[in-house]
Amino acid sequence: MQPLAISRYSIVNCLGAGLRAVADAMREKRSGLAPCDFETVKLDTHIGRVRGLEALPVRSDLGAYDCRNNRLAQLGIELDGFAGAVSQASDRYGPARVGVFMGTSTSGILETELAYRRRDPRTGALPPDYRYTQTHNTFSLADFVRRYLGLQGPAFVVSSACSSTAKVFGNAARMIAAGVCDAAVVGGVDSLCLTTLYGFHSLELTSRGPCRPFDAERDGLSIGEGAGFALLERVETRPEAGAIPLLGIGESCDAYHMSTPHPDGLGAMSAMRLALETANLAPADIDYVNLHGTATRTNDAAEDRSVWELFGGGTPCSSTKGATGHLLGAAGITEIIISILAIEHGLMPGSAHTRRIDPAMRSNYLIEPRKARVRRVLSNSFGFGGSNCSVVLGTAG
Amino acid sequence: MFAFIEGVGLAGPGLRGWQASRSIFAGKQAYSRAPTTVAASELLPAAERRRAGVPVKLALAAGHEAIANAGRDAAATATVFTSSSGDCDNLHYILEALATPERQISPTRFHNSVHNTAAGYWSIAMQCRAPSTSLCCHDASFAAGLLEAVSQVAVAGTPVALIAYDHPYPEPLNSVRPIHGDFGMALLLAPQATERAIAALDVAFMPQEMEASRTADPGLEALRTGVPAARCLPLLAALARGSRETVILEYVAGTHLRVAVTPCL
Repeated sequence: MQPLAISRYSIVNCLGAGLRAVADAMREKRSGLAPCDFETVKLDTHIGRVRGLEALPVRSDLGAYDCRNNRLAQLGIELDGFAGAVSQASDRYGPARVGVFMGTSTSGILETELAYRRRDPRTGALPPDYRYTQTHNTFSLADFVRRYLGLQGPAFVVSSACSSTAKVFGNAARMIAAGVCDAAVVGGVDSLCLTTLYGFHSLELTSRGPCRPFDAERDGLSIGEGAGFALLERVETRPEAGAIPLLGIGESCDAYHMSTPHPDGLGAMSAMRLALETANLAPADIDYVNLHGTATRTNDAAEDRSVWELFGGGTPCSSTKGATGHLLGAAGITEIIISILAIEHGLMPGSAHTRRIDPAMRSNYLIEPRKARVRRVLSNSFGFGGSNCSVVLGTAG
Repeated sequence: MFAFIEGVGLAGPGLRGWQASRSIFAGKQAYSRAPTTVAASELLPAAERRRAGVPVKLALAAGHEAIANAGRDAAATATVFTSSSGDCDNLHYILEALATPERQISPTRFHNSVHNTAAGYWSIAMQCRAPSTSLCCHDASFAAGLLEAVSQVAVAGTPVALIAYDHPYPEPLNSVRPIHGDFGMALLLAPQATERAIAALDVAFMPQEMEASRTADPGLEALRTGVPAARCLPLLAALARGSRETVILEYVAGTHLRVAVTPCL
């Protein structure tokens, strides 16, 4: 594929607001996970919560869209000069030539969870102040972002569970290649809600303490929340941007089970191979692999197997979910931006909370951050339904 | 952007498959509304068949018909799924359970709550590891799916199955978001004109106000406006008539898709 310039990006999650906060946390190997104190949830688990959202309503002209998920979107858009860069792109290309391709898994479902507690005792009806379209509907996020940024290009939401915000890079690349738009705002948001907290608990996939990716004693994931955004443009129109190019993307399905990855990581391997193929690179060209690494027994074992098969035991790799938690639909964009930071700062992230690497693992897993030249990164995102996506970033050839 | 339609699948109220419905769209047979009938797919393993809700059945039935009509290999075909809402019954059960003091939800219900549930079951049924995406664009979900599918065909140069489906919410969500019926449809889109091609599509994004195409029959028009996935009906009608037509589909916030349909002889 034609490389695309990732000319601006922004990030917010439990590590803090903005690129600087996240880069510092990576250098210090700091984790943002803490015991669950969200809403009325009584689960013995850790979460990665973004503090202060309760006091940050969305812009008043978009008040109908006010919900935790869109508040996180607004917070992310306003960081790291992102809104300004989009505004310049909109002036440069025209607002109808900038697409909006967002990913989320649960959108504003928290609003509906809370509304179901307030149903009319006689009729069962939802409270009159409940707004389905602007909060709960999966498209709400892209609708909000498009309006917030005043864009008029093509838009939709990709919702393929935990691969969503990696896959949007593929949608944007195709739309730009096909000439439907000249630039695209990609990324997305997932926010804490009861469905995912109690849902992963029902599957016995949540860790009691902070999650420990690739650890011999790992016992599940920690759910987090956050937002990340990236502005994609053609490299030839933005040579001065000096940005990290998007080089390749691979998408695949496991065709195995709805919530358990293929034990041999066949789907994962196919996504990684396709990503390298579209980038016209070999495994040896990759300096660091940012793993999906959820810290569930099955994900980490299958992912280790597929990474080892493809890269051997030399290429350094790590999961950053011990720091951020699993951001579900927002995991892809979060870890793609962390990968960009790894290239920019010459720092391969370590693995917060991992104490002893599972001796069954064969890939070169980093517990401690490592200072090194990082030219190219492959980032993995896998989701329920066996949905896999791998993205390659860095300098071409 | 160009793509060739090789196969169509359909399961809707009074619309029992594409072959059986063509004469209705062509105006040769009256449309009469009847409940949508879809069986659990024989293609799914027993455990998955038990767990599959109505939206999954709609998607599988429509997708399978389109692939079969096109004579393509489902295991090797990329897919684009699009739905305004996903599995609405399943979601309602979860929301009800979360509103009780116990907050006990079943693991199966939870993994079926993801928007890409139909894509997951499809990949298992068809043993398909090809790329797949799952989209939502509220009322414009069909238009978004068509735009994405055609861009894949145009850029990747590979065939893509577009599968659009919608299923109503139970109360109380039905009152705030009414969806008037079960509807599933699929198009097998290919980059080149093969002997199986029915029509060529030229799809363009139009960032401007236009008048969206309607269906002549009042019953079909009610279906079109009542179910987001059924916004495809003017396109299906153009295909059934076998004439050269331009179909306008409403997309997001005042934008449209212009779809020029040219029949392949």
